[in-house]
Amino acid sequence: MLAGLAALAACGAPGGTVAAGKPSFEGRGPITYVAGKDATGSVQPVLDRWNKLHPTEKVTFIQLPTDPDAQRQQMIQNAQTKSDAYTVLSLDAVWTSEFAAHRWIDRLPQDRFPLARMLGPIVETGKYRGGLYAVPASSDGGMLYYRSDLLKRAGIERPPATWAEMTADCAKVRKLPEAKGMSCYVGQFQKYEGLTVNFAEAVNSAGGVITDPVGAPHVDTPQAKRGLDFLVHSFRSGIIPKDALTYQEEDGRRVFQAGKVIFERQWPYMYALAAKKDGSSKVAGRFAVAPLPGLKGPGASSLGGHNLALSASAGNKATAIDFMKFFSSEQLQRFTLAHAPAAPTYKALYRDPTLVKKYPYLPTLKKSILHAVPRPRVYQYGDVTAAIQREAYAAMTGSKNSEQALKDLQKALQLPAAE
Amino acid sequence: MVTTHNPPAPRMATAPPGLSRPRRRRPRATAGSGRLAALLISPTLLVLTVVVLYPTIVALKDSLFGTAGIDPKTGFVRDTDPFVGAENYTAIFGDAGARFWNAFWNTTFLTFTTVALETVIGVAMALIMHRAFQGRALVRASILVPWAIPTAVSGLLWRWIFNSDGIANALTGRHVLWTTEGFHAKAAVIIADVWKTAPFIGLLVLAGLQVINKEVYEAARMDGAGPLRQFWNITLPLVKPALLVAVLFRTLDALRMFDLPYILIGAQKTSVETLSMLAQDQAANVRFGPAAAYAVILFLYVFLIALAFVRLLGANVVGDDEAGPKRGRWLPRRRTEVAA
Amino acid sequence: MTLSPALRKWLLYAGVAAVVAYCLAPFYWMLVSSLRRTSDIFDNSPFPTRISFENYLAVLDPSQSFTRALLNSVVVAGITTVLALILATFTAYAMARLEFRLKRLVLTLIIATSMFPVVSIMVPLLKMFVDMGWINTYQAMIVPSMSFTLPLAVWNLTAFFRQMPRELEHAAMVDGCTRGQAFRKVIIPLAAPGMFTTAIITFIAAWNEFLIALSMTNKAEMQTAPVAISKFSGATQFETPFGSQMAAGVLVTIPLVIVVLLFQRRIVAGLTAGAAK
Repeated sequence: MLAGLAALAACGAPGGTVAAGKPSFEGRGPITYVAGKDATGSVQPVLDRWNKLHPTEKVTFIQLPTDPDAQRQQMIQNAQTKSDAYTVLSLDAVWTSEFAAHRWIDRLPQDRFPLARMLGPIVETGKYRGGLYAVPASSDGGMLYYRSDLLKRAGIERPPATWAEMTADCAKVRKLPEAKGMSCYVGQFQKYEGLTVNFAEAVNSAGGVITDPVGAPHVDTPQAKRGLDFLVHSFRSGIIPKDALTYQEEDGRRVFQAGKVIFERQWPYMYALAAKKDGSSKVAGRFAVAPLPGLKGPGASSLGGHNLALSASAGNKATAIDFMKFFSSEQLQRFTLAHAPAAPTYKALYRDPTLVKKYPYLPTLKKSILHAVPRPRVYQYGDVTAAIQREAYAAMTGSKNSEQALKDLQKALQLPAAE
Repeated sequence: MVTTHNPPAPRMATAPPGLSRPRRRRPRATAGSGRLAALLISPTLLVLTVVVLYPTIVALKDSLFGTAGIDPKTGFVRDTDPFVGAENYTAIFGDAGARFWNAFWNTTFLTFTTVALETVIGVAMALIMHRAFQGRALVRASILVPWAIPTAVSGLLWRWIFNSDGIANALTGRHVLWTTEGFHAKAAVIIADVWKTAPFIGLLVLAGLQVINKEVYEAARMDGAGPLRQFWNITLPLVKPALLVAVLFRTLDALRMFDLPYILIGAQKTSVETLSMLAQDQAANVRFGPAAAYAVILFLYVFLIALAFVRLLGANVVGDDEAGPKRGRWLPRRRTEVAA
Repeated sequence: MTLSPALRKWLLYAGVAAVVAYCLAPFYWMLVSSLRRTSDIFDNSPFPTRISFENYLAVLDPSQSFTRALLNSVVVAGITTVLALILATFTAYAMARLEFRLKRLVLTLIIATSMFPVVSIMVPLLKMFVDMGWINTYQAMIVPSMSFTLPLAVWNLTAFFRQMPRELEHAAMVDGCTRGQAFRKVIIPLAAPGMFTTAIITFIAAWNEFLIALSMTNKAEMQTAPVAISKFSGATQFETPFGSQMAAGVLVTIPLVIVVLLFQRRIVAGLTAGAAK
């Protein structure tokens, strides 16, 4: 069925395929903006700016938990209960299909947003069957944070590009007296959305895929196994500490900033936090970023990021569209970047010399985004990610061997796709 | 409620026949009191019909429907769920049933272990409290604290205690990752649940202990019975009715466990996913059919266990023995329930 | 096996101390953690190195709507308790004092409803309330809460009414009171302690409810306290909000603990009615 879906999408008939009544974007007044916990603290100032300009159309920020699964659950609950509590949703890029297919979000007028100036792969994440359902507001890509000071002291000139190099570098660094007791590598391995991201990156970085462009699963392959085995072996050999099984983004950041780990897979948001010189970070000035390592060369990141969508059951939709336009604008992303590191969606911002100077990771990130592999894009994403988390976790904790886990995963992924 | 509310307090004053056994004839009700009774009872019945009976019937109906697929023409999920008959029930015996059976065994295992531990600890607490004369008020007050803490809050509290850098690991000098998948997650849930509810059982057993006639012990001591024999031959049989009802209600509550594992460990964790959590998770992901089917199965399970308690063990739940004297309950009258 | 009285006494004290420690230690830990500064929240010392109220300030910060959540909890649990108590008083009176057919069956049915898993009634009620536009309202939480508070209250009150001597009522009726007057003038005052106890127990059950409130609301200003805590995103921007969660937990629990301490005798009597007398 998904094959047919994709074929239709390929025809790309804009508007024509949508039978549902065209949503009208009417009503002005106060609205809400709903997103996961804002770790950078840059959202509220932006909203304040909007609220100052639009005193009768104020936007209230509703912060959901850090855990993306909990965010998705609460947004679905909002849709199921047809509540008007949420207006503009900050959707994880991978949820677009699911929310669009259930008509929990409105189809958006494409001509109101400057999509052509954004990076192509990012815009694609906001579309469903050719229609725009979510406007990219931020992108995200994983990067390898590493302790440049320790690597230097251990005589390593450049950051590792492959997993084998990373393991070897770690062994060298750990011989230093000041690196005693440090862990090698952490990522996000708790059983939640972050694990799907990390698993997908491992598989993609070993040359494998999770689903093909039509949505059919292909995880029972030698490439995918090599990717999963990297995680499994790293846990077994202690390259990744056992604790990391409970880590989400913030837990990993805590140990990295406490100077307890040499390499970490993280999003760009940590850059400024770890560089803070107020004593909250012990590694300020002693770390740098590089593309994620892979099996034979640099790896591929998952495409993260958040898109703005309009809850179908919300009111004041005219205000909402204006706000979405404002909140996804290039000018605003530039402003955000001035305060905190992020992954912008506009091409121009990756070329901007002043920004690149401030955030040396930008060119790396752009490459990573252009070559990023989207996480599976299917409308039952909830089932897919739950299956991935279940099997990857079983393999990492050793309760299943990786071959069996991938076989079971293949089987589990075929179920929802078969419909 | 699952674990959010405490079981209705068991009535221990009386011990007449069980819940559903045939009973003796009552004096014929007068027409007048019948009408008055109907008037007095109907509001309650009406409310319960609306909030319990009606939703249950709807849930039964829902459980016969599947999950809507995508309409290939529009690309949208269809508006109506397809009728699938008993497919949601039969599916648990197929490939997709693994998650259900896991939840089923988790529910059973957690219920059995928590209730067993709570009973042992609760009885021990009651025995201590029964002997203690000084500081009884303090003990009684402190014993009510775990009971009064909302389960949601106690879930957070224990998650904090079981944090990888938390006090549990610091005290034991180990490094257990309690909230990750594995047996330790079950252990964490069991510890947290036992902490909250063992005092409650202790309280109920204490009440049972306090009405035991001291002379019985005197007599036993005269006969040379040691403390262990006294406990086994006198105390335990005499508190049995109270204990049975307490255990029954704890069991029913534990079978519906939701908040504690949901908050302490998290949703969709294989190690601790209970039937309530599974049903809730299905509903939260718009699969109302399977959700309703799991809920119906859980309900039947709860019902069967309750029936077993009443029928096999003679737990008296209704406690409607009008003639029952308050103190005469340890007398041979109890034969009626043992006979079940 | 005989123990010397001194040893016996000592053992008993040890036992009492163990019970008290068992019950209070986790609660104490919540209290201590809530008083730590965010920076030393991971300290495992038995006392905070420096007592700080920053977590409490953070929780009570208007942006967290936590005070509002506490108020919501009071409203929802309070109204639920009052309604359940009124309905249950009538029913329990009939159960304890009147003779009618199918009485035992009715009582069994009412009590059996408390066995229902809330998940099984949740989805239909949710759909119903969506259609009625009741989402994010108090009634959407109060009405389903009746499913477990009402049987609980009927149960407790029936026991209390049964304990009261019939003779008083009869005497009143002989004196020319109608049954209604006898109920109002004799039964209610006599049953007041029992009703009060039932009210406390019902209130605590309603106050602690989680799943219904979680499903029926998604506006911060309508959430009850347990739900608000579980969704705490943390007042401080960067940290895992353990400190504020503990502080909020203390705030939610303290009113109950105070009530429990004040009325412990009554509550114990209510929970174990009959046997303890």
